[in-house]
Formats: sequence, structure tokens, C-alpha cells
Amino acid sequence: MSNLFNSMIEWIDKRFPLTSTWKAHLSEYYAPKNFNFWYFFGSLALLVLVNQLITGIFLTMNYKPDANQAFASVEYIMRDVDYGWLIRYMHSTGASMFFVVVYLHMFRGMLYGSYRKPRELLWLVGMCLFFVLMALAFTGYILPWGQMSYWGAQVIVSMFGAIPAIGDTLQQWLLGDFTLSDAALNRFFAYHVVTLPLVLLVLVFVHILALHETGSNNPDGIEIKENKNPSTGIPVDGIPFHPYYTVKDIVGVVVFLIVFCGIIFFAPEMGGYFLEYNNFIPANTLQTPDHIAPVWYFTPYYSMLRAVTVNFLGVDAKLWGVILMAGSVVIFCFLPWLDRSPVKSVRYKGPYFKIALTLFVISFFVLGWLGTKSPTPMYTFLAQIFTVIYFAFFILMPWYSKIDKTKPEPKRL
Amino acid sequence: MMADSFSMDEKMSGRRKFLVAATSVAGGVAGAAIATPFLLSMMPSERAKAAGAPVEVNISKLEPGMLLMVEWRGRVVWVLNRTPEMLESLVKIEEEDVLADPNSEKNQQPEYAKNHTRSIKPEIFVTEGVCTHLGCSPVFRKDIAPADLGPDWLGGFFCPCHGSKFDLAGRVYKHVPAPTNLVVPPHVYLDDSRLLIGSESEGSA
Repeated sequence: MSNLFNSMIEWIDKRFPLTSTWKAHLSEYYAPKNFNFWYFFGSLALLVLVNQLITGIFLTMNYKPDANQAFASVEYIMRDVDYGWLIRYMHSTGASMFFVVVYLHMFRGMLYGSYRKPRELLWLVGMCLFFVLMALAFTGYILPWGQMSYWGAQVIVSMFGAIPAIGDTLQQWLLGDFTLSDAALNRFFAYHVVTLPLVLLVLVFVHILALHETGSNNPDGIEIKENKNPSTGIPVDGIPFHPYYTVKDIVGVVVFLIVFCGIIFFAPEMGGYFLEYNNFIPANTLQTPDHIAPVWYFTPYYSMLRAVTVNFLGVDAKLWGVILMAGSVVIFCFLPWLDRSPVKSVRYKGPYFKIALTLFVISFFVLGWLGTKSPTPMYTFLAQIFTVIYFAFFILMPWYSKIDKTKPEPKRL
Repeated sequence: MMADSFSMDEKMSGRRKFLVAATSVAGGVAGAAIATPFLLSMMPSERAKAAGAPVEVNISKLEPGMLLMVEWRGRVVWVLNRTPEMLESLVKIEEEDVLADPNSEKNQQPEYAKNHTRSIKPEIFVTEGVCTHLGCSPVFRKDIAPADLGPDWLGGFFCPCHGSKFDLAGRVYKHVPAPTNLVVPPHVYLDDSRLLIGSESEGSA
């Protein structure tokens, strides 16, 4: 039996690099031995991606991308399709959990300097993944065609209208109409189920290839490849990904699924943060709800969008808001070149970086909270202050990271 | 590596270099050409373009202080019958110097609405109910000095999305995200009670 199996593998290996791929990426891919809690979120993101793809396919079987039928078809899935409610809640909860794990995954990179040389491209591919994920979340949120779908999309698409000269034409091109209508719903459906998932899958593949080229960073931020066993050529502080980290990740998956199922079964709307109450009202093109806010994962950027209320440098406040909002996401791409610290990991960085990172995390949360609130003068003022802190974290980094008092890195993990 | 006698320079010189460049350019042109129909297919269709017909509104039953919502081109248009107090507030607000464009200098209205009340008839105000910031529909707040909008509020429109404020002639306040006054669509009175929105002449109704 095992002879038959071996000869089958041999037959395949002559025609397809099966064994060598398995070795290169799993059984002989050496990862640093000191991965901690923060290293769960990459594989969890992959798990959520699979969840989104599978539940998404089943949702398309009953959903109708038509302005007159979309809302009712979602309610049909919830009420009349067997287990439709479960599949939809898995998809909607998956969307929010995708952002939870991706934000934690990105924060891990910031903690341990995973964006630093030689992983700049890995970080940039990851940022592209984040942009595509945001586009997926946005297009997906439009599909139920509820009040929040409609007015959220209205706001986002209008941002393109703020671009000078080409704005109006660009907006019509995006909408396929002069206003947000059936044409836009239909094409956002196409983006959400075909275009963006394909791009996402390609980028995930590239992200993993780039990771396996440079090797993983680790909580100490030193390169295990610089200390190889001279006879075997294997990093002395490395352990094979499989079985060591596959088994570790299974523990993470189990804990994650407990939380995930808890949300699906007991709080699928998560108090209005995962599914907003106004989205249970069909889209009304004549009336904006009294209070609109994006889903929680977009609220920090949304706060910055509306924080600018004065015109300056000859650019009006509206365009500044859009520039700041876009800038607040794009600026992560520059991290590899903004960080001038001699060490990578927060463990060996000095007090300036730790204070800056703490302030950044606080401002991210405060901006996120403000984005869920109605804009009052007090809240707008707060949003302005925290927007400045948010950007200062990045813009001042070349200076504070350079003069910071760092500790010496260890030679071994 | 190459078994032949060409050096790299010879291979890429003269005719070959030209042919490589010409093929690349031709390929690029073909790529742009085939992309064009796909990109243009995403512009508003002929059916969407044809859907912009004017709408007629009967305003005879519109009481002073009341706001009527009409749909035109998929957008909401408001018709507001302003009371004498509301009209007074327009003067008062100008004195307070809180408006960004009190004289409607920016081209957000037809020539016949470029006046102090931004309307043809002083009391009847016609405007698109679409915030000039990011397209939300502001809320009609005629209550004076409510708790959330402060003691200086004289009535107007408040956008719940990003906090932009407009007075009862759709003029934008200073220091809010919206850059311009609300848009006044083309409109014309067919007689005392009939208003046509989306056209400036009775003929094209």
C-alpha cells in the first residue's frame, strides 16, 4: 500500500513539483522558534478568507442584484432559505472579523518592525491586500440595499466627485448613472463577487511567496538566516512550519472559532456595530437617516474625513477631508522608510517609540469611537486633535525613531 | 551562452531594435483600443440619460412653513414655503456674518435665483436636497435654537452625515465640511399653483 502511494507521489513529482513545494513552504520552511500570540492572525486571516469565499458563493445563489429586489432577497435568505440566516451571519460576521484579524496582523508588524528591510515589498503587498479588503467590504455593504448601504455608498462615491476637474465624470463612470441607482448596485455586485475576490486571491499568493522568500520576522526582530548551522544550512533558531506552527495555529483557530460562533449565534448584529440597525430599512433615496455612520472598521477614517472644516492653501475643506482620509490609509505604505531606528522590535526600541505607538493606538480608537457619533462641535474638535496625533505618529517617525535610546539586540533568539 | 556569433550589441542594433519598438507601440495601441469599449460601457447608458424628464408639482396646498419633497432625476428636490419669520431670518443671518457665500457668488443656482432669497418668488424656495459635501440629504430643522445645534440656530438644514449647516435659503455656513450652497435646480412657474422642476420654459414640459 505504502509502496503504491510512494510510486504515485513519484509519478506526480516527475510531472509537477508536489513534494518540493510541500517541503519549501511547509515541512522545510523554517520559521523563528519564538512566535507568540501575535503570530496567529496571518493564518486566521486565511481562515476568514475561506469562510467569506464559501459563504459568499452560497449567498449569491439566492441574492438578486437589483435595486427593486435586493433588500427583499436578503430578507428571503434570512427567513425562507434553510440555514440562510446562518450562512448570511457567517458572511457578515466574517467581514467584521476579517478586519479584526487584519488590524491585529498589521499591529503585529508595527510592534516588531516586520515592515523593515528586507520585508518592504511584503509589507506593500500586504497594504494592497488591505486596500482590496476595504473595497470588498464597501461593495459588499451596498448589496443589501438598505438605508446604510445606500447612504454610505453615496458618501464614498461622492468623494471621487471632490477630485478637481475630472471628479464629476469619474463619479458618473463609477455609478453608470447620474445618481446612485440600480446600475451602480449591479456593477458593485460584479466587483464584489468576481473582480475583487480574484485580485485578493492573487495578492494573497504573492504575499505568501514574498514572505517565504525573506522568511518570517519574529518578536525579537533579528534575522534567523544570519545564524545557520554550517553543516545543514538550516537556521539554528528556526523550526519547520509544519508540524510546529500548523499545530500551534490550530489552537488559535479553535479559540477564534469559539468567539466567531459566539457572535454568530448570540450577537450577530453586535449591538449595531457589525450590522447597523438602519440597514434593516430599505433604501430611501429621498431621505438620509438622522444618524449615519459607517461600519466600525471604517469609522477612524470617517472621523478624519469630516474633521476638516476650514479651507486652506486654496483647497476647500471637502477636498482636504478626502485627501486626509485617503492619506490616513496610504501613509502605512511609507512605514518601511519612515522608521529609522537601528532596531526592529519594540522590545529593543526606546521610550519615544513606545510613547508614539501608544498615542497612535489611542488616537485610532478615539477616532473610531468619534466616527460612530453625530458630529457636534466638541466631537469635531476632538477629531481634529486626534487626527493630528494620528498623522504625527508617521510624519515625525524619522526623527523620534532616530534619536530614541534603544537597547542592544540579542544575537540568538 | 548563445551558440551563435552575435554579440548583444549587434542583436539589438538597427533594424531589430526598431522592430521591437514598433511591435511594442503597436501592441500598446491595440491594448488601449480594446480597453476603450469596456471603459465606455461603464458610462451612463442611453436609458439613464433619457430619464431626466422635468416634473410638475402642485404647490397650492403647501402651507407656510411646510416642506414638500419631490423626486427629480433620482434626486430629492425640496419645495419650501417660507413664513415671513423665516424670510426675516435670512436677513438676520447675513448680519451675523456666519455664511460662506451669502451673495451666492458661486455658480450653484440659475441666474434668476441669484438673489437674497435664492428663489423666483421670495417665499417659495426650490432646492436640491443634496448636501454639497458628500451627497447626503440634510434634515429640515425649522426649530429655533435647539439643544443640539446651539442657541444661534435660526432654522435651516442640517446634514446628519458630516455636520454641514445651511440656512433657509440653502446658503452654507462657514467652517463646515460642505464647500458651497445647496444647488437650486432649473425651475419655472406655469401658473400660481403649478411649478415645473427641471426646465426653465413651459414649452419643454
